[in-house]
Amino acid sequence: MSRPEFLLDGVAVPFDEGQMILEAGRAAGRYIPHLCWHPDFPPHGSCKLCVVKVAGRHVSACATPARAGAEVESDTPEINAERRMLLQLLFVEGNHFCPACEKSGQCQLQAMAYDLEMTTPRFRHFYPDRPVDASHPEVLLDFNRCIYCELCVRASREQDGKSVFALTGRGIHKHLAVNAESGRLADTDFSADDKAAHICPVGVILKKRVGFAVPIGERTYDRAPLHTVAMPKSEDDA
Amino acid sequence: MSRQRQEGCPVSAPPKLRIATVSLAGCFGCHMSLLDIDEHVFDLLQRVELDRSPLTDLKHCGPCDIGLVEGGVCNSENVHVLREFRAQCKTLVALGACAINGGLPAQRNHLDVGRCLSAVFQSRPGMDTAEVPDDPELPLPLDKVHPIHEVVRVDYFLPGCPPSGEAIWQFLSDLLAGRTPRVAYPILHFD
Repeated sequence: MSRPEFLLDGVAVPFDEGQMILEAGRAAGRYIPHLCWHPDFPPHGSCKLCVVKVAGRHVSACATPARAGAEVESDTPEINAERRMLLQLLFVEGNHFCPACEKSGQCQLQAMAYDLEMTTPRFRHFYPDRPVDASHPEVLLDFNRCIYCELCVRASREQDGKSVFALTGRGIHKHLAVNAESGRLADTDFSADDKAAHICPVGVILKKRVGFAVPIGERTYDRAPLHTVAMPKSEDDA
Repeated sequence: MSRQRQEGCPVSAPPKLRIATVSLAGCFGCHMSLLDIDEHVFDLLQRVELDRSPLTDLKHCGPCDIGLVEGGVCNSENVHVLREFRAQCKTLVALGACAINGGLPAQRNHLDVGRCLSAVFQSRPGMDTAEVPDDPELPLPLDKVHPIHEVVRVDYFLPGCPPSGEAIWQFLSDLLAGRTPRVAYPILHFD
């Protein structure tokens, strides 16, 4: 009857056999930071924000199965410092000029930085130069904000059945591309109703003509921090 | 400052700290936000003396306890001023988004600076005979806009575009009291 348990920051968390640390933690109401993980998809393991320490090793909580009796450290100065550095790397890799970004206040990357008290990107900026794709009548793409979580790629392939997006290139030259001969979004069957149009955690995929519609103070992460918003809604709320 | 020198310091009063402020490739919005501390300006002036600042008439930065730097680095004069601030200020603070990551002015980084100048000064309608200003008195723009931490070491970063008056006051209060300032929710904003 009793389920196996592991310790997450000293608190017993029950889990089902085969369940990952991140999922078991969520089910028990314990938040572990994540950007590329999404409940509708298998683990991706690219953002590394869900890093936790198990038996002296740093592992991705989204892809590491829970084990009975394991001692997992997540919300510690050491692990949070590593997460902050990963965030800083993401910030200097792109052009994250929040003051002019339509996603500001609704952006998971930004909200994560607030949660982890990141005050500076610290490293040298790359300032990438990737042209905006405004060809589609309903949706705009700003590739300079992409964090390569592949959620749009996965959503378009697995849920919309369209395979509109792909990651291409290697190393620092990796970037998001549109799967059309012309490379333009307008030349795909992409629609603003697609799952892929709504899944971007940052400000890459934006609906046209609705920018800055939510007043400051009422945006998602103005109202509540990411570690609250990212948790599953309890049945009382539904 | 001169008032204090005339009247002398009360024996019990702690010595005032010196603060310098500057706007490099900034919009002066962070300075406006500094003034948004409203009546706390009087509290602040009880505890600090202003050195070089857009609010004073001093031309160069003398030895200071705290330097507040608004704006990124976009031209050669910015580099000289920033280095002077670093040399003179014990604690240097990057104030606002521009000083921290270049800010919106850094959106010119994907453009060629020469073409930017000719687009504005030469090829605009109605400016047919104009040329790009070339007097040596004018500082040359750098090819890219940089955050200040790419030029000098920075001790603290206070994000925001601009940081709110509340955030600046909380930050300065901590610094003046000798506490390590903590920039956390709800004063931590990038926009």
